[in-house]
Amino acid sequence: MTHDLIVLGAGPAGANAALAAAQAGLKVALLDEQDGAGGQVWRQPLPGLTGLPVSAEARSGDALRAEISASSVDLRLSRRIWSVGGRFRVDALGPQGNETVEAPSLIAATGAHERVVPFPGWTLPGVIGLAAATVLIKSQGVTPGRKVVVAGCGPLLVAVAAGILKLGGDVAGIVDLAGRRDWLAALPSLATQPELLGRGLGWAVKIGAGRVPVYFGHAVKAAQGEHALERIVIAPVGRDGAYASGPDITLETDALCIGHGLVPGAEVTKLLRAEHRFDRLRGGFVPVLDAYGRTTVERLLACGDGAGLRGAIIAEQAGRLAGLAAAHDAGVVPADRFAQIADPILAAISRARPFSDAMAGIMALRPAQVAAIAPETVVCRCEDVTRGEIDAAHEAGAHDLNQLKHFTRCGMGPCQGRMCGDVAAELLASKVGSREQAGYWTGRPPLRPVPFDALMGAFDYSDIPIPEPAPL
Amino acid sequence: MIHDLAVVGGGVHGATVALFAARGGMNVTLLERGALCREASGVNAGTLTMQMTRVALIPYALRAHAMWASARDWLGHEVGVVVCDGLSLAFTEREEELLTYRAGKRREAGAPIELITGAQASAVEPGVSDKVRLAGYCRVDGFANAYLTGLAYRRALLGEGVALREYTPVAGVEREAGGFALQTPTGLVRARRIVLAGGVWLEPMLAWLGVHLPIKTLVNQLAVSERVAPVMRTVVGIANGLLSLKQYPHGTVVIGGGWQGLGDRERGGVELLPDRLIGNVRLACHAIPALRSARLARAWAGLEAETKDALPAVGPVPGVDGAYVCGSVHSGYTSGPYIARLLADQLLGREPELPLFPIDRLLSPGDAPRGHV
Repeated sequence: MTHDLIVLGAGPAGANAALAAAQAGLKVALLDEQDGAGGQVWRQPLPGLTGLPVSAEARSGDALRAEISASSVDLRLSRRIWSVGGRFRVDALGPQGNETVEAPSLIAATGAHERVVPFPGWTLPGVIGLAAATVLIKSQGVTPGRKVVVAGCGPLLVAVAAGILKLGGDVAGIVDLAGRRDWLAALPSLATQPELLGRGLGWAVKIGAGRVPVYFGHAVKAAQGEHALERIVIAPVGRDGAYASGPDITLETDALCIGHGLVPGAEVTKLLRAEHRFDRLRGGFVPVLDAYGRTTVERLLACGDGAGLRGAIIAEQAGRLAGLAAAHDAGVVPADRFAQIADPILAAISRARPFSDAMAGIMALRPAQVAAIAPETVVCRCEDVTRGEIDAAHEAGAHDLNQLKHFTRCGMGPCQGRMCGDVAAELLASKVGSREQAGYWTGRPPLRPVPFDALMGAFDYSDIPIPEPAPL
Repeated sequence: MIHDLAVVGGGVHGATVALFAARGGMNVTLLERGALCREASGVNAGTLTMQMTRVALIPYALRAHAMWASARDWLGHEVGVVVCDGLSLAFTEREEELLTYRAGKRREAGAPIELITGAQASAVEPGVSDKVRLAGYCRVDGFANAYLTGLAYRRALLGEGVALREYTPVAGVEREAGGFALQTPTGLVRARRIVLAGGVWLEPMLAWLGVHLPIKTLVNQLAVSERVAPVMRTVVGIANGLLSLKQYPHGTVVIGGGWQGLGDRERGGVELLPDRLIGNVRLACHAIPALRSARLARAWAGLEAETKDALPAVGPVPGVDGAYVCGSVHSGYTSGPYIARLLADQLLGREPELPLFPIDRLLSPGDAPRGHV
């Protein structure tokens, strides 16, 4: 064993888990695919890029990065984790090729990926995800286009719009699935986190000052253009996400940033066959956890948005808790000390919950929006599988998500089903009765596509440990 | 009602027996605990080669290859079968010897394999490594798209009027006057005769009848690349049988060969071993160098059943009139349809064209149930 604990993902959850465990005395390896810690939310600008507007998130990220540097945590960045097995062995491609770390405990803090509910034209160049837009803004200070429309749901809408305005860009409109009523209903819960609400209102003021039209209770009906995006058509929707009566509106734009919430990236816990349950509010199938983040697999813990969407504030706390629990389970933190540290963290999580739940509620998948997808619309963009083909596969006998994959190749492409999985499962669930019936993609390595070249490294034929011949 | 035949297990073997028995006029039901062909029959590498087939099975595999090639005629549906040339490569002197011996034995059994030089192999397969010293060349080769198997059989079975019971696990079998009663969550299903076609689960199935047949579970690792531009046009293996490689028309390259992962019949294939995955990939890229620039998209494991002598368990269950077993065929996807059809012939009262593989040889004294029905 190279370490006492491996933490996968160096965002708010994973980094704090690693720090807490290291502080308690564990030898911790912290791996992340990016070249800086901080995750998506506290992503740092690319090296050498100066003069970007400083945000509260950038400051949080810098503080975290400094804390990791000062700690005993063995931080390994630019590591593409592709295999997790054993109890536990992690294989990752890094600058020096494939490397292996081993430890008796593992914390998965792998974050979330974005969900886009398909509509005609969503695969046109110029249409990108909301979270993808935050990467451009935070790491490179680049606006996604000259005249941008920001659409979908959740807090990223205003964050992205404000980010573009701050960079001097032009926002042609914000198209929010949620209506004014939805936001008003959420307001009391949001007010429990005055700082975050204030940040959001600050964004809103910026958006108001920029005279950006906001279309509440609207959805993008189509993205159009000859070779790339030229315009979008939006239409009113009801609270359930289905199109409602009302006039279409056309907006000229060269970049549409759209996202309909996030999906937990629970691939590691699925790969290790931990028990999962469907939780619509938390974004999909999430690992079954105890209060401290322990999964149903011994010495495997999970925290952060990858274990269910709860946002950055809870992710930090849940990370600390998981790190502490791992240290306790490793025998280096006695029970009374464990309770002494854990109890205030649990209380902090409870306090943050109303805000987190309100945000998660606004980002949760709306089934009626999925039901409205037209038969000819592509759902799996890697393999060009349409909604109609998914319906036909169900007719032909596909009753769960993995069988749908066999029948149609839906989810078999390079995104490994991340983009289409949640929507395809929702479509199938509407036929077979529930998301539980439809299931989820079986966890498979590699966790990300990896180049054979890098995987193999240099070798001689005689190095290959070829097993004994099969019987003749 | 009482069916003429109940088949337990919906892989290629069970589904083929059910299909041909129904075509022969029997009233057939097929019970499968999940969906059709989702285990070995749906997740194997789809290789239809003679050069990995056991010598004793070559006559069967040749006929089965012809069946796969004409699947549209007898199955009625597309399984993505591509018939192409096959190469088995030798990179070392030891492998040359192994290949020469093994190709010779397979040729004696009827497989049209000839030995060619590395240069000739490059003419057959321009993508192949220039390090090949000798190759077995066989024109009876090819592959199917295994994950389409369940869809094709499902349509065919329903079209033939088979009472298909998917998601219906059988908990046990009772012998009763005039046949068998199968216990399912929705009640008893009755049939005059039964065929147990459970792959690696044959051992617990036969235990229902008091027969102890040990079945070893192999956990075969497989890997597939993203779609890439053409890098090969043949099925490629190596002398010792531990590589199978082919590129599908949509561009993905499937890498197999039976490198073992972790798992068992209770939990399935639960874990792939990264060192073996890397070894398998190295072997593949050594054979087809252009594959190096592709990316690994997905890897998985499938279970394969093996008897004590690694030959099939196909025939009547000793001591239990009306009960049959069908499975544990090495490279069973290749030979499965033909071997299962032979059993259907026997059930229909026709003389099978080639002999079955009765399991008496595999049972120790006391393994068969006491007292005949």
